Amino acid sequence: MFKRGTLVVVAFVLAVLLTACGGAPAAPAAPAATDAPVAAEPFKVAVVMPSTETDLAWSQAMIDALRSIQAEMGGEAAMQISISENMFNVTDAAAALRDYASAGNQLVIAHGTQYGTSMFEVARDFPEVSFAWGTATDTGEAEGFTNVFSYNASAEEGGYVNGVIAAMLSTSNVVGIVGPVEAGDAKAYIDGFEQGVLSVKPDSTVNKTYTGSFGDTAAAAEAASTHIAAGADVLTGSAQQVVGAIGVAKERGALWLGTQSSQASLAPDIVVATQLYDWTGVLKDIIAKIQAGTLGGTAYDLTLENGGLKIVFNSAFPGVTPEMQAAVDTAIQGISSGVITVLP
Amino acid sequence: MEQLFTLTTLTGILHSTIRLATPYLFASLGETISQRSGVLNLGVEGQMLMGAFAAFFVVVTTGSLLGGVVAAIFVGALLGLLMALVSVSFRAEQGISGIGMYLLGLGLSSLLFRLTLGSVQSVRGFAELALPGLSSIPVLGPALFKHSLLVYVAFALVPMVAYLLNRTTWGLNIRAVGDNPQAADTLGVPVIAIRYATVTVGGAMAAMGGASLSISAVNIFQENMTGGIGFIAVALVYFGGWRPVGVMLGILLFSLVSALQIWLQLVGIGIPSDLAVMLPYILTIIALALAPRRTGQPAALTRPFNRGMA
Repeated sequence: MFKRGTLVVVAFVLAVLLTACGGAPAAPAAPAATDAPVAAEPFKVAVVMPSTETDLAWSQAMIDALRSIQAEMGGEAAMQISISENMFNVTDAAAALRDYASAGNQLVIAHGTQYGTSMFEVARDFPEVSFAWGTATDTGEAEGFTNVFSYNASAEEGGYVNGVIAAMLSTSNVVGIVGPVEAGDAKAYIDGFEQGVLSVKPDSTVNKTYTGSFGDTAAAAEAASTHIAAGADVLTGSAQQVVGAIGVAKERGALWLGTQSSQASLAPDIVVATQLYDWTGVLKDIIAKIQAGTLGGTAYDLTLENGGLKIVFNSAFPGVTPEMQAAVDTAIQGISSGVITVLP
Repeated sequence: MEQLFTLTTLTGILHSTIRLATPYLFASLGETISQRSGVLNLGVEGQMLMGAFAAFFVVVTTGSLLGGVVAAIFVGALLGLLMALVSVSFRAEQGISGIGMYLLGLGLSSLLFRLTLGSVQSVRGFAELALPGLSSIPVLGPALFKHSLLVYVAFALVPMVAYLLNRTTWGLNIRAVGDNPQAADTLGVPVIAIRYATVTVGGAMAAMGGASLSISAVNIFQENMTGGIGFIAVALVYFGGWRPVGVMLGILLFSLVSALQIWLQLVGIGIPSDLAVMLPYILTIIALALAPRRTGQPAALTRPFNRGMA
């Protein structure tokens, strides 16, 4: 017995030593910035997000941006992306953030407001790693953080434009909003949407409900059914839960306006337009800053004016009139130039 | 406020109530059968998810709704068998093995979804079926008799399960096994076989509850789409005192409040949405706390049967 126990201990010590040795060459000192990017290590990004990369909404918008930058930089060899999906449990997310920070990633993205507290804790322990989180406006500068970026989406702007479209499409003059949780970019989008609808048809009825969850597909479906029963013929909604609502809208022939990612693929006949979150510009800027040695301190915001928010019509939807297009252009210009103020 | 008392609203609330009750009915009635034989199956949620996925996958690939239903029942029964193996044959702690079943269903349905379909898509599920004549009754007609087929099936199961449990030899055996398996065993009732049967049927019904979401109410599959329905369904069995009609009444009350809170938000009554979405759960807790009787509880619930050990 004793002999076997000793063997186990020896084997364990050996294993530890081997792992330690194996780990050593993998973490060379960062090479001094030279003009030889070919031989450079790939840029390593990790992202922790609350739903799947194919959620047609919040998480997919981020992944789409990362992948397009990866393709532009030259694929896997130039940029490595690690993804943790379905981190709806914040404790799990915190553990993932810490793992990624210690695994040699240069940028760790905490893609969700709810991850903020955990992210700052990890960021304090890894001052040489850069972090980004959103939607948020706080880079922790006041608390002395120099390695945190924040990103926000002025979702109310595209919400307003979608509201204008909804009002022009609605014949019942009742529109329904399937909200997730009354907070963050979802609330901003919804309030902007309501303002947009009322700007075109002040006597419209805008019905708002919240499911209390970002990912409860069944609850979103029920909310959509309720809106349609209450007379709504155009619907919108926010967060990854909306696929449930879109399924119902498709079944009952109600129209849909999307936000975050394009949802046209799910229901090409009823999705009219989408406010796209395009994080590409933000991420490129963050990566450039990191490569230049600045690890944080900038708070980004997606707006219609800076191109981070885009209103994209679904080309498969036949009901877009020239007047609608013109009204959308007017609204976008008005918001960009400040003539129209959309209150979040 | 007055908008809440219009006929449209009333019909809408009732219609939502009936539709919302459907997945709970399948799952809770199955769980009732299982618990009456003495087995607590806490893995309903996982079985629902697997049923939801199996049905959805078959409908996507073959277009056959019947095929989807058969697939859900098959997969649910299989998981029921597994649950029976663990909790009846291996006599595992039922609460723990149920959690295991939940995690298995959650993980496996997500994994299979990724490997096969990959991204969110929708199917043409069961359409609403207006029952001729009945559906033209004012207010109640469109609320009660304009639903998809699975909704009617779910409600038809209530008297069927009640009949099975209370009026058949089978039911008598199930109840005997759930109350006093040792006594039942000495009388020659096959305790193990009966428990295998009830847990398997319970699994199949839970899976149908999942299918009623993915190919009837929502027509989409998404990972973790049941969002806790399976756990509420287990609570509603206690709530309903282990009697099918009682369980149905509990489900209707829960669904009514769930439907009501959406309408309350919709008509803009001014209560915070965070509070509104909590209402059905608060109600369930209050009702569970106030429910005085535990008399309906099968005496041997959660106790594994071990011949020769009382």
